[in-house]
Amino acid sequence: MEPFRTMTSGIITIPAENVDTDQIIPARFLKTISKTGLGGSLFADWRYDSNGSPRPDFPLNQPKASEARILLAGDNFGCGSSREHAPWALVDFGFRAIVSTSFADIFRNNALKNGLLPVVVDGQTHLQLFSLVEEAPDTVLTIDLATQTLTLPDGRRVSFPIDTFSKTCLLEGIDQLGYLLTQESRITAYEQAHRARPLCQHE
Amino acid sequence: MSNQPRTIFNKIWDAHIVMAEPDVPTVLYIDLHLVHEVTSPQAFQGLRDRGLKARRPLQTMATMDHSIPTTPPDVPTTDEIAARQIAQLEANCRDFEIPLHSMQGPTRGIVHVIGPEPGLTQPGMTIVCGDSHTSTHGAFGTLAFGIGTTEVEHVLATQCLLQRQPQTCQVRVDGRQGPGVSAKDLILALIAQIGTGGGTGYVFEYTGPTIRALSMEERMTVCNMSIEGGARAGIIAPDDTTFQYLAGRPYAPQGTEWETAVKRWRQLPTNQAAIYDRQVTMDVDRLEPMITYGTNPGMGIPITAPIPDPDALPDVSQRLAARKALEYMDLMPGQPLLGQPIDVVFIGSCTNSRISDLRQAAGLMKGRRVKDGVRVLVVPGSEQIKQQAESEGLHRIFQKAGAEWRQAGCSMCIAMNGDQLEPGQYAVSTSNRNFEGRQGPGGRTFLASPLTAAASAITGVVTDVRTLQ
Ligand code: SF4
Repeated sequence: MEPFRTMTSGIITIPAENVDTDQIIPARFLKTISKTGLGGSLFADWRYDSNGSPRPDFPLNQPKASEARILLAGDNFGCGSSREHAPWALVDFGFRAIVSTSFADIFRNNALKNGLLPVVVDGQTHLQLFSLVEEAPDTVLTIDLATQTLTLPDGRRVSFPIDTFSKTCLLEGIDQLGYLLTQESRITAYEQAHRARPLCQHE
Repeated sequence: MSNQPRTIFNKIWDAHIVMAEPDVPTVLYIDLHLVHEVTSPQAFQGLRDRGLKARRPLQTMATMDHSIPTTPPDVPTTDEIAARQIAQLEANCRDFEIPLHSMQGPTRGIVHVIGPEPGLTQPGMTIVCGDSHTSTHGAFGTLAFGIGTTEVEHVLATQCLLQRQPQTCQVRVDGRQGPGVSAKDLILALIAQIGTGGGTGYVFEYTGPTIRALSMEERMTVCNMSIEGGARAGIIAPDDTTFQYLAGRPYAPQGTEWETAVKRWRQLPTNQAAIYDRQVTMDVDRLEPMITYGTNPGMGIPITAPIPDPDALPDVSQRLAARKALEYMDLMPGQPLLGQPIDVVFIGSCTNSRISDLRQAAGLMKGRRVKDGVRVLVVPGSEQIKQQAESEGLHRIFQKAGAEWRQAGCSMCIAMNGDQLEPGQYAVSTSNRNFEGRQGPGGRTFLASPLTAAASAITGVVTDVRTLQ
């Protein structure tokens, strides 16, 4: 996983609340056996018309979208299905951070494991950010993970929460399976104490 | 610790802690890992890349359900990409020695149906699957939740997950449901009350006399949709109903082991003085059949109510979302949904494809005909349910009425396999998600119970089943 430290970028906004993972990446694109190449299908049903042509008014089709690495989204982003294809598609498109007031649990977990930072801000900051981008579409934000701060163009700094473990993993690009594998002796001890029994025999 | 009054969630959690230290997530042991074709290929690839084996293949069970066709087996598959994904699952199960309910086998079905069916899902367990509706298994007093593909890889490799402890929320349900009102209506009403994000960060425990009176299949319907209220998991403490369901199933403990297990399971229910982080209550005495009108499962109303006016909602983003939903659904605020013409009825999915669901729908459709021009798909949750239904003659009732009787699978719940709505079509569906395009690009979904679905199939419009009986 690529480490996440600090980043300054333009912003794409999708203001709808409760954006579900079926919108982020519709189910018909889940037949892939690979993690890569999903960026082109990100938000496919909102982004393209029924002939497959880009809808000019959809935010991801704006020229600045190809450069932007921050997505500003409505409340409860990423609800619904557990598909990790959602963060894979967002990362493949180029996003590294999503700013919202709240994230669905599974999406949040999946995002963190793919170097995609979920940034939770309070409702007031959230609204301010939307109006900032509306007034000045080229607004840039700086996100610094070490200090857990978001810096607005006027210099105002807003802090955001993240747990220590996820933060360390992101800062150093540590993959969590590596960490879990170091727990081997404890897992074995647990299994011995609880006599794990094989459950599913072959028919 | 064990002398403190605890919730069932806390008891299961505590019993599965491999390691808990400050500043790092808990290493939690997983008893049973369910795997399906769509969310697992990249996880197996990850194991291969690192030269790892599956740590506990016999605590893992795989099936194909999401993208498989539900047409008769002799109809050739035309979807090569889906076929490749299924072949990949077969190869992965072979290479990593994981039991697979194969395409031709008699026990294949939707992953959340075939866990409980043979008694694999048991009280007190931790169960995960790369699928958000894993919450279904909580009906047995298990801690069961959905995970992403990276976590699927973690569990395959270590039989453990890194987890932060969620909070607990008691959902207490009182009252007795009237005729025509089912477990599906109960859970749709709860989600309408709390919203799709209402349970984020919580594990629900459903309690109260109404829950106690539900059958295991009804409990599964309730727990299944916990995730639509934002909760990772939903739990119902085990009781005699649970034990009666499990007794004698192939994977359930037998003989003296059974007695010991039941004794252990009886320790699981929440202690009286235990404290939840939050409480929600609802009363179902006056509950009507519920139906959704919008594009998330929280947009539900009693079937006789008018479609809510977005302008009456308290905050801007809610108004925006409701307006967008009505635009997508092409519906007007203030109008009733009753009488709304429909094109398709889908009876199936891990929410409502079990034998009792099919019996209810068949009971209503017996001797009646599906309205001309309406397409009705009945898709059993597993091959075993299909067989059971056929032995009871339910398939003939459906077929005589003019419905399609399919092979087991997810089918039109997720529309990956060609079973899908045409753009603009309206469907009454017994599944769990009405997101834009969920049942096919441009398709419009009304979520409801099997009874409402069957009644609407007969009339061709959204129908209150109580007026048909
Ligand atoms: S039936 Fe629908 S919700 Fe259930 S597992 Fe299949 S796709 Fe998911």
